[in-house]
Amino acid sequence: MKGWVGKILRVDLTKGEWKVEELDRNLAQQFIGGRGLGSKILFDEIDPRIDPFSPDNKLIMATGPLTGTSASAAGRYMAITKSPLTGTIACSNSGGHFGAELKFAGFDLLIIEGKAKEPVYLYVEDGRVEIREAKHLWGKTTHEATDQILSETDIDARVACIGPAGEKLVRFACIINDKHRAAGRSGVGAVMGSKYLKAVAVRGTGSVGIANKEAFRKATLDGFQKVKANPVTSTGLPTYGTAVLVNVINQHGLFPTRNFQEGVFEGAEKISGESMAEQILIRNRACFACPIACGRVTKTSNPKYAYSGEGPEYESDWSLGACCGVDQIDAIGRANYLCDTLGMDPISAGVTIACSMELFQRGILTSKEVGRSLNFGDADAMVEMVKATGYREGFGDALAEGSYRLAERYGHPEYSMSVKKQEFPAYDGRGAQGMGLQYATSNRGACHVRGYMISPEILGAPQKLDPFETEEKAGWTKAFQDTTAIVDSSGICLFNTFAIGTPEILEYLKAATGLEMSLEDLMKAGERIWNLERLFNLKAGITGKEDRLPDRIVKEPMPEGPAKGKVVELDKMLPEYYELRGWDRDGVPTKERLKTLGLE
Amino acid sequence: MIKKISVYPEKCTACRLCELACSFKKIGEFNPVASRVRVSMFGEDAFYTPIICTQCDEAWCMKACPSGAITRDAGARVVKVNRERCVGCRMCTLACPFGTITYYAPEGKAIKCDECDGQPECVLFCPTGALKYEEESTPTRLKRMETARKLESSSKEVQP
Repeated sequence: MKGWVGKILRVDLTKGEWKVEELDRNLAQQFIGGRGLGSKILFDEIDPRIDPFSPDNKLIMATGPLTGTSASAAGRYMAITKSPLTGTIACSNSGGHFGAELKFAGFDLLIIEGKAKEPVYLYVEDGRVEIREAKHLWGKTTHEATDQILSETDIDARVACIGPAGEKLVRFACIINDKHRAAGRSGVGAVMGSKYLKAVAVRGTGSVGIANKEAFRKATLDGFQKVKANPVTSTGLPTYGTAVLVNVINQHGLFPTRNFQEGVFEGAEKISGESMAEQILIRNRACFACPIACGRVTKTSNPKYAYSGEGPEYESDWSLGACCGVDQIDAIGRANYLCDTLGMDPISAGVTIACSMELFQRGILTSKEVGRSLNFGDADAMVEMVKATGYREGFGDALAEGSYRLAERYGHPEYSMSVKKQEFPAYDGRGAQGMGLQYATSNRGACHVRGYMISPEILGAPQKLDPFETEEKAGWTKAFQDTTAIVDSSGICLFNTFAIGTPEILEYLKAATGLEMSLEDLMKAGERIWNLERLFNLKAGITGKEDRLPDRIVKEPMPEGPAKGKVVELDKMLPEYYELRGWDRDGVPTKERLKTLGLE
Repeated sequence: MIKKISVYPEKCTACRLCELACSFKKIGEFNPVASRVRVSMFGEDAFYTPIICTQCDEAWCMKACPSGAITRDAGARVVKVNRERCVGCRMCTLACPFGTITYYAPEGKAIKCDECDGQPECVLFCPTGALKYEEESTPTRLKRMETARKLESSSKEVQP
C-alpha cells in the first residue's frame, strides 16, 4: 500500500497485550483514513450505548493517507472514541508532529482497548510497542510528563498525553501532543484517563511511500502556490494567528459576549490578534509540513499571569476572554496555558465558566457555593476557575461536568450555551444562519470545524453569502460538512481549505495511494462518513430531537450590533437539510440513501 | 558567482518541509531520517532552524573517510559521498563537528547534502525563505547592510 503504511497497532490494556493487524484496503478506500476510518472501526467494534468511561469504550488514534507527506499541512491525527461530554461519537483532530511520527513508526492507526490496572504509558517504536509503568507520571502536567517521557525514551520521540484534567475525568479533557497541540474537544482526554493511560510516545525511522511520485510532487507544489496566493493563508494566519478573526467577527456582530448575551464585545480590540502580536507574541510556529504557520509562541512578563507557551488561538482567546467578559490578553494567555498544561479544552472550559458567571449574575449561584464572587469581566476569577476545573477542586468539580450538567444542576439548563451538551465555539449563530444550522446538526455537538459556514457567510470564500438569509443554507451546510469529513480523513489541516478544495485533495489522494477515484467518489466518501457518524449517534440514543439550539439562539433576538433583532430560524432550514441528506422527518437516514452510500 | 545554500534561522517555522522534500528527492519516500537537512527545534526557547552541510573547504568527513568514498571533484565546491565506495563505517559522522553527515541504516551508507547538483529541492519547498540558494556572500552582505542602517539611525540621534 502507498499513502497508508498498511498496519494497525492494537493494544489491550486490560490484558497488557498487543498485536499488529493489516489495514483492510477496501475499508481504507471507502473511508479514506483518519476520522472516516477510525469512526468505521469504532462503529463496528463497540456498542454505541456503552458508558464512555467503561473499559468497553475504545480510543483510536488515526492518521490519514496524506499524514507524514509533504502535502500542505499534512501532519494531522485524530482521536476517535465515544464522548463522555456528549454521548455522541467524538473525533478530535490535532496537528504538531505526533501523527506523522506514528506513520514513520509504521502504523496508520492505533486502537486502544480495555483499562490498565494502574497508570501506564505506551512507547511505540518502529513496529512494536512497550506498555510501561506510569505511576511516577500520574498527577503531572502535560509539559512535565512530556519532558519526563522524552528523557526515558528518545529525545526525538513525540508525546501525546493527558494532564490532571484527563486523569480526573473532566468531561472536556483533551489530549495534548508536542506540548502545545490538542485533540481538543468532546473529552477524548477523559476517556484516556479512564483507561489509566497517561501517554503515548512514538518514535519512527520508517517511510511513507507514494504511488505516483511525479504527480504527487506536482500536486504539492501546486497546493503551496495556492496557499501562498491566498491572503488568509499567506498573510492573515501567519502574521496574526487565528485571532486575526477577533476584530472581523466582532465587527459583524456575532462575537459572543458574556455567555452569548450580546454579540459585540467592547474589549475586542484589546484581545485581537493584532494586540497579541504587539504584546505577547515572540514568533510564529508551524505544525508538521505546514506552509501557513499560524501557531503563536507567546509569553508575558506580567508576574501575576506569567507563562511561556503557545497560543491563545482565536477560540481560546474568545472563550476565556469575551465570553467571560475578560479583556486582559495576559490573563487569557495564562488561562490558556493552564488549559494546555492541565489538559483540557479551553472552549468548553471558558464557556462553562461563562455559564457559571451568568448563573451568578442572575443570583442562581452565590458566593457561598463558589467560594468567591464570579462576575463577568473578573480576570482573576476566570483564571482561578480554570485551575480549579482542571484539578476538580472546590467549585471546579461542578464546572468539570461542563456547562449543561452545571446549569441543569442549578435548575436552569437554558443558560448552557451548548448543542448536544457540547459548548459553542466563537460565533453566534444569530449572525450567520448557516452556522446556526451547522451547530444544530453537527455530529459531535456544537462545533465550528464540522462545517465552517463562517467562510462563505462572513469571510466570502469560496463566495459571499448573505449571513442573515436562510435560503440555500441547507445545501451549503451539507456540502461543507461532507467536505470537512474528507479533509479530516485525508490527514491535512482544515485551514488549507481557504486556499484549496476537494479537486486538489483528490489529486493528492490519487497520487499518494495510486487508487483511481473521481471527485464524485470522494464527495460520496465524505457523505458516507457523515452518515456513519449519524448512525452511531442514533444507536447511542441521540436522535433528531437533539438537533436543536438553546432557546437564547432561536428565541431571544440579538440585542445590538449588525445582527440586532436576529434569531436563528432553524425550523426554516432543518427540514430542507434532512431532505437533502436523504433522511426522514425525524432525521433518520433512509434505507435508500444508506444503500447508495454502501452503508446498509 | 558561485551559489550555495544559505540558512536564515529567524525565518524558520519548524515545519520540516525541507526534510520531506529532501527525502522524497533522494529515496522517493517521505522519511526525515533519510533527509540530508534536519530541523533542530528548541520549542520552549522559540528557536528552530534547519541544519545543513556547509561544504567545508577542508572537510573533516573527507579527511576521516578511510575508503576514499568522500570526495570533491576538481574545481567543485560540493563534497559528495560515493555510494559504491562507502563501507558504512560511520567515521565521517564522528569527524563532522555539525552532525550534518549521517548514517542511514536501511542503506548502510553515509548520507549528506549534495545541493541536488545546483537545484536544491529543500530550497524549492521551504515556504518562508529560511533556506535559499544564492550567492555565497549574500547573507553576510545583508547583515552588513543591516548594521549600516543601525549605524545610520544611531548617528542621526547623536548629531546636534
